[in-house]
Amino acid sequence: MAEEKQKKIRVLIAKPGLDGHDRGAKIIARALRDAGMEVIYTGLHQTPEQVVATALQEDVDAIGLSILSGAHNYLFPRVLELMKEKGLEDVMLFGGGIIPDEDIAKLKAMGVKEIFTPGTSTEEVIKFLRENIKK
Amino acid sequence: MIDVQSLKKIQERKVQWEQTTLKKTLEVMPERQAKFVSLSNRPVKVLYTPLDIAGMDYNEDIGFPGEYPFTRGIHATMHRGRLWTMRQFAGFGTAEDTNRRFHYLLSQGQMGLSVAFDLPTLMGYDSDHPISRGEVGREGVAIDSLEDMEILFKGIPLDQISTSMTINGPAIVLLAMYLAVAEKQGVPPAQLRGTLQADILKEYIAQREWICPPEPAMRILTDIIVYCTRHMPRWNSISISGYHIREAGSTAVQELAFTLYDGLTYVDYGIRAGLEVDEFAPRLSFFFNAHNDFFEEIAKYRAARRIWARELKRRYNPKNPRSLMLRFHTQTAGCSATAQQPLNNIIRTTIQALAAVLGGTQSLHTNSYDETLALPTEEAVTIALRTQQIIAYESEVTNTVDPLGGSYYLERLTNEMEEAAYDYFKKLDALGGMIPAIHQGFPQKEIQEAAYTYQKQIENKEKIIVGVNEFVAKEETPIKILKIGPEVEKKQLERLENVKKRRDPIKHKAALEQLRAAAKGKENLVPPVLEAVKAYATVGEICDVFREVFGIYQDPGFF
Repeated sequence: MAEEKQKKIRVLIAKPGLDGHDRGAKIIARALRDAGMEVIYTGLHQTPEQVVATALQEDVDAIGLSILSGAHNYLFPRVLELMKEKGLEDVMLFGGGIIPDEDIAKLKAMGVKEIFTPGTSTEEVIKFLRENIKK
Repeated sequence: MIDVQSLKKIQERKVQWEQTTLKKTLEVMPERQAKFVSLSNRPVKVLYTPLDIAGMDYNEDIGFPGEYPFTRGIHATMHRGRLWTMRQFAGFGTAEDTNRRFHYLLSQGQMGLSVAFDLPTLMGYDSDHPISRGEVGREGVAIDSLEDMEILFKGIPLDQISTSMTINGPAIVLLAMYLAVAEKQGVPPAQLRGTLQADILKEYIAQREWICPPEPAMRILTDIIVYCTRHMPRWNSISISGYHIREAGSTAVQELAFTLYDGLTYVDYGIRAGLEVDEFAPRLSFFFNAHNDFFEEIAKYRAARRIWARELKRRYNPKNPRSLMLRFHTQTAGCSATAQQPLNNIIRTTIQALAAVLGGTQSLHTNSYDETLALPTEEAVTIALRTQQIIAYESEVTNTVDPLGGSYYLERLTNEMEEAAYDYFKKLDALGGMIPAIHQGFPQKEIQEAAYTYQKQIENKEKIIVGVNEFVAKEETPIKILKIGPEVEKKQLERLENVKKRRDPIKHKAALEQLRAAAKGKENLVPPVLEAVKAYATVGEICDVFREVFGIYQDPGFF
C-alpha cells in the first residue's frame, strides 16, 4: 500500500501573483487527479516564496505554474531561483497560460521544462508528466 | 398562442411527418451526430413547431417591446431609435498610454469609454507592493493615486462622455477618484454618466478579484449604491456581471441564473439600507457574455429581461416601469477566442456580436482577435470596432425590433432558459441566499463542473473548435502583438514615489484616520474615501484600511 502510494506522481499546481484566471489551473488539477496523480492546488494569489515553500513541504515531483496576466517573465525566473536556493533541483517546473512563443523559448532556456498554451488538451499534459517523471 | 383545434392538427401532421418523411430521410441519410446539444449541454430537437410553445400566452410572456415583461426589448423602437453604445474596453501601461488610446478610440467613432485596470489596482494594491511585481500596467492601466486618474482623463470632458469602470473590490476608491477629477473639471456629480462595475458577489463566484470577505464587501457596496442614488442620478451604480461567470467556464444557464440572483441580492440590500426600489432599481445595469451558441445567447438575453421584470414586480411591486427594465452591456466571449489561427476570432466575434444585437443589447464590446496572445494592438481593436459598425450600418438587422421573436425554437429556448434559471434560484434559496452559497462553494463548484465537462467535450471532439481540435494548420502566420515593457513599471513606481513625497502628510494622515473611524462605525464610506483620495492617499493605502478593519478574503482553493 505504502509502496504503491510512493509511485504516484505528486504535482503542485500553483497560481502565483495577482492573476485570478483559475479555470485552466483547476481543469488541469482535476484532470491530473482523475489520471491518478496526487495533486495539491495552492489557490490564488501566492507569492513565489509561498509556492516554493509548499512544494518543499509537500515533497512534490513537479510544480506547474498557471499565469495569464503577463507577469510570467518575472514569476518563472523567481520561482526557479527560489527552487535552487531551497535545493529543489530535482523538482520539475512547468507551466501554462498566455505566454508568447519568444518568451517560451527564453523560459525553457532558463530551466522551465515545458509551457502549455491555450488549446492544449489535458491528455497532453498528463502524457508529458508521465514521460518526464519516472517513478 | 394557437387554438386547441389547430394544435391537434399540427400534432397529427407531426406524427405523420415523423413516420414518413423524417423516417425515410434518416434511413437514407443518418444524422451527423448521435445527439445534438446546445453549448449549455441541453438537447436540441430536429424541429420546433407551434407545439413547443403551446402553453405560452403572447401578451403575458412575450408582449410588446417597451412594455412588461420586456421580453422583446426595453424600448418600443430599440435600435431603430438608437444604436447600442459601442464601447471598447481599453487600458494598459501607464495613464498616459491609456489616455492616448482613449483619444484615438473617440476619434474613431467610439461612443463611450471603458476602463481596464491592471491587476494590482483591481486587487487594491499599489504598484510598489511586492505582490505587484511584474503585473504593473499589464492587463490594464495602473492607477495608484488621484494623479494617475487626472492623467487618464486629461482632455476628456466628463460632462460629455460616459465612462464605464471595471472595478469591484476597490470600486469605492475609483468612484471617488472619478468624482475628484470631475470636480477639478468643474463637473458636478449629478452630471456624470457612466457605470461602476462594483459587482462584488461575482468576484467570489468567478472573477476572483476581492479584498474583504463578502459581508463587509456588501456593506461597502451598499454605501456606493446609496451614495450614487442620492448624488448621481445619471450614473449606473452597479453593473451586475454574468460576463466573468461565463468566462470562468459556466454555461449560459448558470450565467443567467447566478447573475440575476446576485442582482436580486443587491436590490434586497438597497431596500434594507432604506432606499425605495424606484429610487435605485432603474440605475442597476447588467453585463452579459456573448458566446458561440447563437440562439441560446439570444434566448438568454430575452429570458433575462423577462425574469428580471417578473421578479422585481413580484417582490417589490415598483411604481416606475423603469425599475423593471433590465438594461445590459455585452462583451463577446474572450474564453471562446483561440490562440490558434487568431484571425478566426474575428469571425467568432462577429457571430457573437450579432447575437448580442439581436438579443437587444444597450452597449457592446467586441473582442480583438489578438487578445488570446496579448493586449490588443490598435489595428486589432479597430477591426473589432468596425465589426460593430458593419453590423449596425450594413447588415440591416437593426431595422425591426426583436426580429427572431416568434421563432418556435427561440421562444421554446427562452422558456427553457427561464425554467432552468428558476431551478437554480430554488437551490440558492435552499442554501440561504447567495452569500451562504458562496461560503459553501456552490456556484463555484457548479461552474467548475461545467468548465471541466466542456473541456472534455472538446478533447473528445464532441464539440469542434476550428483550428484547435479540427482544421488544424501546421504553419501559423505570426501576428503583431502589443508588448508592455518593464519601463512601464519603473515609470509608475517613480510617479508613485513623487506623489508620496509631494502630498501634505498631515492632511493625508488625518484623512486615513477619518476613514478608519468611518469603517469601524456605520456612516457612509464614500465621503471619507473621497477626502482620502483628494489628500492623494493611494488605492493601496485606502484598501489597507479596509483590510485592517474588515479582514482579507482568502481563496478556499478547492478544485
